[in-house]
Amino acid sequence: MAHAATVDEHATNTGIDNRKLLMWLFLASECLFFGGLIGTYLLYRNSSIEGPYPTDRVIDGVAYSGLFDIPFTSISAFVLLMSSVTMVLALSAIQRNDRRGLQIWLAATALLGMTFLAGQAFEFTEFYNEGLTLNSNLFGTTFFVLTGFHGAHVSVGVLILLSLWIMARRGRITSENALNVELAGLYWHFVDVVWIVIFTLVYLLQ
Amino acid sequence: MASIAIERPIPTLGQALRQMREAGGSYQGIWSWLTTVDHKRIGVMYGATAMFFFVVGGIEALIIRLQLARPESTLVDADQFNRLFTMHGTTMVFLVIMPLSAAFFNLVIPLMIGARDVAFPRLNAFSYWMFLFGGMLMMASFFTGNPAGSFLEGHLGAPDGGWFGYAPLTLNQFSPGTGIDYWAFGLLILGIASMAGGFNFAVTIINMRAPGMTFFRMPVFVWMTLVTSFLIIFAMPIITVALFQILFDRLFGANFFNVGAGGTPLLWQHMFWLFGHPEVYILILPAMGIISEVLPTFSKKPLFGYPFVVFSGIAIAFMSWGVWAHHMYTTGLGSVANSAFGISTLLIGVPTGIKVFNWLATLWGGSISFKTPLLFAVGFIAMFTIGGLTGVMHSIVPTDYQQQDTYFVVAHFHQVLVGGSLFGLFAGVYYWFPKFSGKFMSEKLGQLHFWTMFAGFNLTFQPMMIVGLMGMIRRTSTYEADLGYGLWNMMSTVGAFLIAFSVFVFLVNVVVSMRSGKQAGDDPWDGRTLEWSMSSPPPVYNFATIPEVKSLDPVWHDKYVENEAGETVPVVAGAANGHKEEGHEEEGHSVHLPSPSIIPLIASIGPPILAAGFIYWDNPWMLPLIPVGAVILLVGVFAWALEPTTE
Repeated sequence: MAHAATVDEHATNTGIDNRKLLMWLFLASECLFFGGLIGTYLLYRNSSIEGPYPTDRVIDGVAYSGLFDIPFTSISAFVLLMSSVTMVLALSAIQRNDRRGLQIWLAATALLGMTFLAGQAFEFTEFYNEGLTLNSNLFGTTFFVLTGFHGAHVSVGVLILLSLWIMARRGRITSENALNVELAGLYWHFVDVVWIVIFTLVYLLQ
Repeated sequence: MASIAIERPIPTLGQALRQMREAGGSYQGIWSWLTTVDHKRIGVMYGATAMFFFVVGGIEALIIRLQLARPESTLVDADQFNRLFTMHGTTMVFLVIMPLSAAFFNLVIPLMIGARDVAFPRLNAFSYWMFLFGGMLMMASFFTGNPAGSFLEGHLGAPDGGWFGYAPLTLNQFSPGTGIDYWAFGLLILGIASMAGGFNFAVTIINMRAPGMTFFRMPVFVWMTLVTSFLIIFAMPIITVALFQILFDRLFGANFFNVGAGGTPLLWQHMFWLFGHPEVYILILPAMGIISEVLPTFSKKPLFGYPFVVFSGIAIAFMSWGVWAHHMYTTGLGSVANSAFGISTLLIGVPTGIKVFNWLATLWGGSISFKTPLLFAVGFIAMFTIGGLTGVMHSIVPTDYQQQDTYFVVAHFHQVLVGGSLFGLFAGVYYWFPKFSGKFMSEKLGQLHFWTMFAGFNLTFQPMMIVGLMGMIRRTSTYEADLGYGLWNMMSTVGAFLIAFSVFVFLVNVVVSMRSGKQAGDDPWDGRTLEWSMSSPPPVYNFATIPEVKSLDPVWHDKYVENEAGETVPVVAGAANGHKEEGHEEEGHSVHLPSPSIIPLIASIGPPILAAGFIYWDNPWMLPLIPVGAVILLVGVFAWALEPTTE
């Protein structure tokens, strides 16, 4: 498999490996998937006719305190951002054929990803306890579906990272099939970038 | 030579592959079909399955036409009528025209670009199985009817919200039962199938062309496949989001389209048509590609204005993203938005018109042989032009206000989808049948098929134009006698049965020709593109030696040269026949073949089970289907990743 990948790289018209091109096209397609979800959230921003609301507001003399905890979410966004750094380190390690470095950085990336997921689970629980559900209002519907699908993508990413980690521990990843790590990295960075967009548009911009 | 890099010894092979190799590709057992990753076989499976669904969708159309043949008919009630036209539309779009196009992508693209297979053979098989199971899931909804009545007497359980599935008609309030859930999950699964195909063919065409096959030496059909693949890649995620939204509303009480919570059903229309308008070009561009191959071959001339045909195809694809709201003029978007979308819709007629003129110029002055493929291609030009012109009429906002929701619209889109897409696809069947079966289709039956279909088609849809302009409303199960629609509708119904007859003739033709068709030889039409350089049917490995391409229409240039007087003359026999593929000469020669695999089939069993679990998730007996389906999918994906393969 390792050998096949390197041979194919020279055989393609563009010089880009088939699998890498597939990943780029897939991510391009994903842009429209998240574009649809984010667009829906923005369309319905401030359209909820009953609480809870994302930010503090006073409606008809009644004060509602907002659900968003920006410092908390900033930290979990930072955690996810850092996981991109460790992902880069993992790839660079295996490209130098540093198998031990690969294991460490893959594990670190997966752990950071899981930390982010734990933060999301905590946030969802908090919001739920405050009365925000999928059916409570438009905010609940659009928020949970958007961030939920993002969380599902992160979970898939963690699964991929853990699989790679197990392969790496068994010594099945070398500098020759580092492409596997690179593909996982592309996906992981994409999921990370999407979160930056969501964090900016959903949490920060009010 | 670049091809050497692809040839490498075959590693551990499954038994099926060994058998296939030993039998020289003629091994036909059931396992060979279930595990196949050969693009030609997958193409055949796509085609056969789509024809089955075509018959199903056709029967639905015939019931609709019987109901409408006479005023105040009671053959089916309004509810059943809704379900029939919903399933007719959904079936024909997603289970017939798209997979028929996919059948041609699979059969022809690798041969045309000089590749041994697609970039991802197992993904290709996965794409087919997902299509099959998605279609079956959707069809299963018919059998979930109201238990109070029998299947024939009671209400069918099929979806009833139209192929466009407008909210709030598709919400629980107006569409109780599970029909819409089956529809939405079916479309999600079909969407995955289409996207897998889109990714695969985009990568294949970008990365796996033979040496010398530059982008502007690619046949137009390859170009249109590339453009269609990109449309699929970008359009499908949008409908995926919309379908998830409607499912969240229906299954879990979310508020996306709930007016009571401040939502707007118009969101659905925007999402659906933002997908839906590129989708109509996904349906038509492959057919345009096919006739761009058929017309030059049967007029013995190169395609007129090749770059114009290619670039107008690309232009159509880009512009298709800016016209969606012409489906929504009457929803109250305001005159600025309506005018903008009216203009963009008028503009998209320009590249389309360029194509039509180039096709006509290709025929002009050619030595035309009116074989069945060309009849369908010329029929395409005529019928598609009428469809296109009625489309231009719809782009004019005040005109469209009058035509909205009338049979004029129904006539328009059947004109482009049947008179256009389907005619183009039939041209492709008659054109490439000899390549994949080694036999001609009967020309007599072919001519009968074309003329009955052409007559039936016009008899069905031209009267619809008239009743549409008279004001007959579509999606309504009946009409009153004194409205004066009766005669026109009777004509349409007679026409519909004539089309049904023509399809019957076609199916007979396929069976008869497979059994006792005239031997076709390798290059029966004096073809121009690489697939005609190889034996009919092509060997499993396609090309023993990857060809080197030096021009557009390479096979034509191997056969003909221009003499000093500027006339086209055949090349002297034996000279410079560079592309002639001697298929059997290299038997035993080490050619890389992707190993057969059962894993795509296993992985694709997961999603429909998962879907069934979600449809009935409030039933504790059905809920376990969710983990079962998820585990099957997950095991399939891991097995896929770890399977030793030569791909």
